[in-house]
Amino acid sequence: MDFSMAPGTFLFEAWQARASLLSGLGVTMLSSALSIVIATVCGLAMGVALAYGWWWLRLLARLYVDLMRGIPLLVLILFTYYGLALFGINVPAFWAGVIALGAFATAHVAENFRGAVQSVPAGQMEAAKAIGLTFGKRLSYVILPQAVRRMLPPWVNTALEIVKGTTLLSIIGVVELLLSAQQAMARNYMIIDFYLLTAALYVAINFTLAQLGASLERRFSYLRY
Amino acid sequence: MIDYHFDWSVIARNAGKLTDALLLGLGLAVVSLLIGSVIGLLAAYARVSGKAWLSAPVWAYVEFIRCTPLLLLIFFLYFGLPEFDVTFLDKTQSFVLSLSLYAGAYMCEVFRAGLASIPKQYVEAAKAIGLRPWQRQAYVILPVMFRITLPSIGNNLISLFKDTSLAAAIAVPELTFTARQINANTFRVMEVWLTVSALYLASAYLIAMMLRLLERRYASIR
Repeated sequence: MDFSMAPGTFLFEAWQARASLLSGLGVTMLSSALSIVIATVCGLAMGVALAYGWWWLRLLARLYVDLMRGIPLLVLILFTYYGLALFGINVPAFWAGVIALGAFATAHVAENFRGAVQSVPAGQMEAAKAIGLTFGKRLSYVILPQAVRRMLPPWVNTALEIVKGTTLLSIIGVVELLLSAQQAMARNYMIIDFYLLTAALYVAINFTLAQLGASLERRFSYLRY
Repeated sequence: MIDYHFDWSVIARNAGKLTDALLLGLGLAVVSLLIGSVIGLLAAYARVSGKAWLSAPVWAYVEFIRCTPLLLLIFFLYFGLPEFDVTFLDKTQSFVLSLSLYAGAYMCEVFRAGLASIPKQYVEAAKAIGLRPWQRQAYVILPVMFRITLPSIGNNLISLFKDTSLAAAIAVPELTFTARQINANTFRVMEVWLTVSALYLASAYLIAMMLRLLERRYASIR
C-alpha cells in the first residue's frame, strides 16, 4: 500500500470518495440506531407478554419469536421489501430494511428478556406481591433492576448483530457503508484497500459498542445471585 | 393485496429447483461447520495454551471476525482473493471458505468455553490411571468437551444454515438466490417468499429436533 496522496493512490481515492463513504457510514449508523431502538422497545413489550401474558398472548408471542428466529434475515428483508409493495404500501428500501431488522431483533430481545426475567428467583416476585405492589411496580422496582444484568450481554450481542445486519440492506439497494465502498471500488478497482477500510470501520463501530456494553455491565455488577 | 391472486402452480413447477437449492444450502452449512470446527478447535487450543504468541493472534482473529459483517467477508474473499492471484476458487468454494472462517471464530469461543468447563478431576483421574498426554486429550478431554458443547454446536449449525442465504449475493444457487430467480421470471413474489420462508423454518426446526435427539442420546455428563 502506498501512503502518499498522489492521484491514483489509495489515500487519494479514499479522499475522493469521502463524501459517499461518510454518507454510507451515516446510513449504516442511522439504520442500526433506529433498528436497535425499535427492537428494544417492541422486544421489551413482547418479552413482558412472553413472561407474564395470558396463555393466548404467550402463544402468539412464542409463535412470532420462533418464526423470526427460523427465517434468515436476508429473506426477511427481501420479503418485507417486495412483499409490502404488494399490499400497496410503498416503503422506501431504507425503511423496509429498518422494519425487517427491527422485527428480527425484536424476537431476540424478547427471548432474552424472558430468560433474564425468569432467572430472577421466584421469591422476589412473591415478596413484592406480598407487600402489595401493583404489577407495574413489581416489574419496575423489583424484577427489572435484577434482570437487567442478565439482559445486558445478549442485548449488546443483538446490537452488534444489527450493525452487521445492516450490510444486507445493500442487497435491496440502500447505499450504506458496504455499498458505498463497492461503488468507490467500481470506479478505481482498489478492491483490497477499500474492503479493508470498510472492515476497519465496522470493527471500530462494533468494538466501541462492545466496550460500551462491557462498561455498562460493570455499572450493573452490583447484583450477584 | 387487493389485486393479488395466489397461484401456487409456480411452486409446483419449480419444486425440483427449490429442493436442490435447499439441499445445497444444507450442504454448505454442514461443510462449513465441519471446517469451522477444525479451525475452532485448533484456535481454542491455541487460546488456552497460555503462550502469548499463540493466543494473541487467535484473539485478534476471533474479535475481527465477530466485529465484521459476514457479507463483507464473503465479498472480500470472492473479489479480493483473485487480486492475490488466488483464482482457483469458484464462487461456491469461495463462499465455503468465508463461512468456514466465520464459523471458526464462533466455534473457537464455543470450544474454549467447553475446554474451560471440563471438571479438573477428570484430567487428574486420567493422569492417575497413567494415560499419556495425547491419550488424555483423545479419550477424556475431547469426548467430554463435545458432549458439553453439543447444544452450542447445534445452535451454530442452525445459524450457519440461515447464513447460507448470503451466498445469494455472489450468485451461488441456494434457496434465496433461486427464489429471487423464480421471482424475476414469474413475478409470483408472495408465493415464492412464503414457500422459501416455510422451507427455511421447517429445516431449522428439523435440525433442532434432530439435535435434541442427539443430545438425549449423548446426555451431557457433569
